[in-house]
Amino acid sequence: MTLSGLLSQCLALVLALVLAPLLTGWVNQWRAWLQNRSGPGLLQPYRMLHKLFNKESVLAESASPFFRAAPYIIFGCMTLACAIIPMLSTDLPLSIAADAIALVGLFAVARVFLSLAAMDIGTSFGSLGARREMLVGFLAEPALLAVLFTASLIANSTALTTIVTSLAHREFAIYPSLAFAGIAFTFVSFAENARVPVDNPATHLELTMIHEALILEYSGRHLALIEWAASLKLFAYSCIGLAIFFPWGIAEAEAPLALIFAIPALVSKLAIGGFLLALIETLSAKMRIFRVPEFLASAFMLAVIGMLVHLLLGV
Amino acid sequence: MDPLFLVFVVPLLGGFVLAACGHRPYARDVNVVFSSGTLLAAVWLTVRVVAGGPMFALDQLFFIDPLNVFLVALTAFVGLTTAIFSRPYMRVEEDKGKMTPKRMRLYHSMYQFFSFTMLVALTTNNLGILWVAMEAATLTTVLLVSVYRTPASLEAAWKYFILCGVGIAQALFGTILLYMAAERVIPQGSDALLWTNLAAVKAHLDPTILSIAFVFLLLGYGTKVGLVPVHNWLPDAHAEGPTPISAVLSGLLLNVALYAVLRCKVLTDGALGPAFAGNLMLGFGLLSVVAAAFFLSRQRDVKRMFAYSSIEHMGLMTFAFGMGGPVANFAGLLHMTVHSLIKSAIFFAVGHATQKAGSQIMDDIRGLIKVSPTVGWGLMLGSLAILGMPPFGVFASEFLILTTAMRQEPWATPFLLLALGVAFAAVFGRVQPMVFGATELKPLAHPPALLPVFLHLGLGLMLGLYIPPYLSDWYQQAARLIGG
Amino acid sequence: MNALISQLVNLFAAVMLILAFAMLSQRRVITLIHLFAMQGLAVVGATTVVAYVTHQHHLYYSALLTLVLKVFLIPFLLHRVIDRLNVKWDIETLFNIPTQMIVGIGLVIFAFNVSLPIARFSETISRGTLGIALACLLLSFLMMITRAKAVPQVVGFLAMENALFFAATSATYGMPMVVELGIALDVLVGILIMGVFMFQIREQFESLDIRHLEKLKED
Repeated sequence: MTLSGLLSQCLALVLALVLAPLLTGWVNQWRAWLQNRSGPGLLQPYRMLHKLFNKESVLAESASPFFRAAPYIIFGCMTLACAIIPMLSTDLPLSIAADAIALVGLFAVARVFLSLAAMDIGTSFGSLGARREMLVGFLAEPALLAVLFTASLIANSTALTTIVTSLAHREFAIYPSLAFAGIAFTFVSFAENARVPVDNPATHLELTMIHEALILEYSGRHLALIEWAASLKLFAYSCIGLAIFFPWGIAEAEAPLALIFAIPALVSKLAIGGFLLALIETLSAKMRIFRVPEFLASAFMLAVIGMLVHLLLGV
Repeated sequence: MDPLFLVFVVPLLGGFVLAACGHRPYARDVNVVFSSGTLLAAVWLTVRVVAGGPMFALDQLFFIDPLNVFLVALTAFVGLTTAIFSRPYMRVEEDKGKMTPKRMRLYHSMYQFFSFTMLVALTTNNLGILWVAMEAATLTTVLLVSVYRTPASLEAAWKYFILCGVGIAQALFGTILLYMAAERVIPQGSDALLWTNLAAVKAHLDPTILSIAFVFLLLGYGTKVGLVPVHNWLPDAHAEGPTPISAVLSGLLLNVALYAVLRCKVLTDGALGPAFAGNLMLGFGLLSVVAAAFFLSRQRDVKRMFAYSSIEHMGLMTFAFGMGGPVANFAGLLHMTVHSLIKSAIFFAVGHATQKAGSQIMDDIRGLIKVSPTVGWGLMLGSLAILGMPPFGVFASEFLILTTAMRQEPWATPFLLLALGVAFAAVFGRVQPMVFGATELKPLAHPPALLPVFLHLGLGLMLGLYIPPYLSDWYQQAARLIGG
Repeated sequence: MNALISQLVNLFAAVMLILAFAMLSQRRVITLIHLFAMQGLAVVGATTVVAYVTHQHHLYYSALLTLVLKVFLIPFLLHRVIDRLNVKWDIETLFNIPTQMIVGIGLVIFAFNVSLPIARFSETISRGTLGIALACLLLSFLMMITRAKAVPQVVGFLAMENALFFAATSATYGMPMVVELGIALDVLVGILIMGVFMFQIREQFESLDIRHLEKLKED
C-alpha cells in the first residue's frame, strides 16, 4: 500500500461522507426550482442530520436488538461501497477487497437488513414497505449486475478499478453496448434510490410509498444514519455511473497529483448529473406500483441486450 | 415480338384496360379475350421452347426452361378456363347483389394483374424479382378475396395479408442471405441474383449461409404453398373469396409458390448435397398431408374442405420433391399438373352448386344430381379424381409417389396411406349426399359454364391413361433440372 | 476517422434494436408511429453511413427512398388514418408486455446465434449488424402476432420492412436497384391497401379490434 494510495483512499471516503448530503440537497433544491418553489436551501440535509443526531431515539416496545443494529450495518455497507468505487482515483487500496459483483452484494446486504428491520417491529406499514422493497430489489439487482457485466466484458475484468482504467484509456470509440447499459443503469438508479418514476422521497402516501414505509419507525440518531446512508447510496450510484460512462478526469495510480484536478472534475460532473436527475424527476410522473416490475424488466432487458450486442459486435 | 415478353405483357395490358372498363357488361368477355391472348402467347412460347430450347429475354432478366415453361402453359390455360367459368358465375353474383359494377371492375382488373404477377414470378430469372412478384401476387389476391366486402371476407383477407406478409418477409430475408452467398462467388453484384448464374456456380456457394437461407426461403414461400403449420390463411381465403379466385388460388398460386421453393432447392442441393433441403421438405410435406387430412374430416363448409384438400396435395408434392430422384420429381410435376386441373374443375362445380343452394355449408347442399345433373356429375367425378381413383391422373402420380416412398422412405408410407384413407372417407362421405341427396331446389337463371369443368376432368383423365411423349419428355427434362 | 464512422453503423443498429423493443412495449398508437418514423431515420442514417464509407452510390438512392417513404410519407398517412378513425390511444395486446419482453430477449439471442456463423462470411463493414437486423425482424413478427388492433399490426408490418432493408444493407450493401424499387413499390401498395382495409373493417365491425375477426376458425 503506497502513501498516495492511502491518501486517495481516505480522501475519497471523507469526500463521500461530506458530499453525499450535499448532493441530495442539490437535487432537492433543483427540483424545487424546476417546480417554481423556492426550496429549502442546499444545506438542508446537513441541518436535518444535525437535528436528528441531537434528538432522542425512541424505540418501539417490540423492537429487538436487531432493529437497533440495522442502521449501523446499513450505514457501514454504504460507506464501504463508496470506498471501493473509483470516484477520484483508481489507486484504491480497499478496492482489492471487493469487485463489481461484491458491490452489488453490499447493496443487497443493506437492503436485506433494512427490510428485516422494518418487519421487526411488526407494523403493517413496515411489512408492506419491505415487500415492495424486495419486489424492486429482486428485479433491479440482476439488471445492475448485467450493466456491470457489460462494462466488465469490455474491460475483461470485474475489478472496478480495472474497468474504469481501461474505459478511461480506450481509444475514442462508439460502444452501442454501453449505450444500452447506460440507459438500463439510469432506470435501475431511479428504482434503487427511490426517485420519482418509482417512488417519491418527498411524500408519505401509504398507497405508493416504498422507502418511507421502511423507515417509519426510526427516529433520532438511527433515522439520521439511515438518511445519511440513503444519501450515500445516491452518491455511490452517481459515482458508479460517472466512473463507467464518463470516466474522464479520474486520477491514475501513477499520477497522484491528478487528484487535485479529479476533485473539481467529480464535483462538476455530479452537479450536472444531479441537475439532470432533478429534471427527469420533474418531467416524469410517478408510475403505479404495478408498473414498476415492467419498468425494471425493461431495464434488465436493455442491460442483457447490451451484453448480447457486445458479444455480437465485439465492441 | 418475343413470345416470352408477350406472355406477361398481355395480362398487364388487360389489367389496365379492365381497370378502365371492367364494370361494363362486356368486360366479362374482354377478360376472356385477354386470357385467351395470354394462352396463345404461352402456346407460342411453348412451341418455341420445344423447338429451340431455353431462352432469355430483357438482358437475362427473364428466362424460360423446361421447368417453368410447362407451368407457364398450365397457368395460362387454367387462367383462361377460369375466366370462362367466371362469366356466368359472376353474373349470378351480380344479380344477387353481392357484386356492384365498381367491384366488378376491381375484380376483372385484379384478375388480370394476378395472372401478370404469377407469370412474372414464373418467368423471371432474378430471385429478387421473383420475391417482388410473389408479394405483388399476394396484394392482388388480397383485394380479390375481400371483394365481397362481407365481414367474413374482410377477416379472411386481413388474415391472409398479415400471415403472408410475415411469411413472405422471411423469404426476403432468405433471398438476402442467398445474395450474400452469391456475391462472394459472382463478382458483378447486379447479376448475382440471376438464377442461371447461381445455378452455374451452385457448388461454390457457401453451405452455412445457404442452409440458413433455405430454411427462411422454405418457411417464407412455404407459407404461400400452404404448408402446415403456416397454412392458416389458406382455408379462409379460399372459403370467403369468389369461387373463381378459389380455383386460381388452389390451381395456380400454390404451384407458383412451390415452384419458387424448387428453384431455391436446386441451389441449396448444389451447395449442400440433396439431404438437407430434401429432408426439410419431406418433413413439412408429410406433416401437411397428415394434418390436412384430419382437418378435412371436420369441415362443414364445402370450399374450406377442398381448401384443406389443396393443403394435403401441396404437402404430397412437397414430399415428392423432398424425396428427389427422377421418379419422384416426375411424379411431383405430374401431380402439380393434374391437381391444378382437377382442383380448379372441382371449384367450378362447387361454385355452381353453392350458387344453386345459396349456401356453402355442405348440409344445405343436397341432390345436385336432380337440380343440375351435369354439375352433380362434375362434382362427383372431380372428387373421385382428386381422391386418387383410377383412371384419373392423380392416381398415376400418387401411385408413383407412394411406390417411390416405399422404396426410399419406407417409414413415411404408413402415414401417407393413413392420410389418404382419412381424406377419402371424409371427402367422399360429404360429397355423396351433396350429389345424391333429396332436395327441392330450382335450376339457376344462367346456364352454368360446364365446358371448363369437363375440359379439365378430360385432361386429368387423359393424363391418367396416357401421357403424350413430348409431355413426358418435358417432365423428365424438368425433373432432371430439379436434380433428378 | 473512417473507423469511427463505420462504428456509427453499429450505433444506428443498436438504436434500431432499442426502438424495436420500445415499439414492442409501447401502449399508445401515436407514440408507436413516432417510434416507427425514428426507426426509419435510424435505417436512413445507417444506410447513408455505409454509402459514404464504401462509395456505393446506389445506397444513397435507397436511403433517400427510405427517407421519403418511411420517415415522411407512411407516418403521415398513418397519422391521417388514426385521426380519421380516432384511435390514438390504447394498444391492446394479447399477452402482457413483460412476457413479450422476455420472449423478445429469447428471440434476440436466437437471432444472434443464427447470424454469428454467417456474418463472418460477409465482407461488408457492417456485417456484425446482420444479427441485429434479424433480431429486429423477429421482434416485429412478434409485434404483429401479439397485437389485437389493426394499426399496430400495420406498424409491425412496416417495422419488418425496415428490418429487412437494414439486413440487406448490412449483409450485402443492399439488393440490386431493380429489386429494391420493386420492394418499395410493394410496400407502398401494401400500405395503401391496408389503409383502405382499415376503413372497411371499421365500417363492418365498428371497431378496429382484430378480435372481432375471429369468426373464421376451426371448431
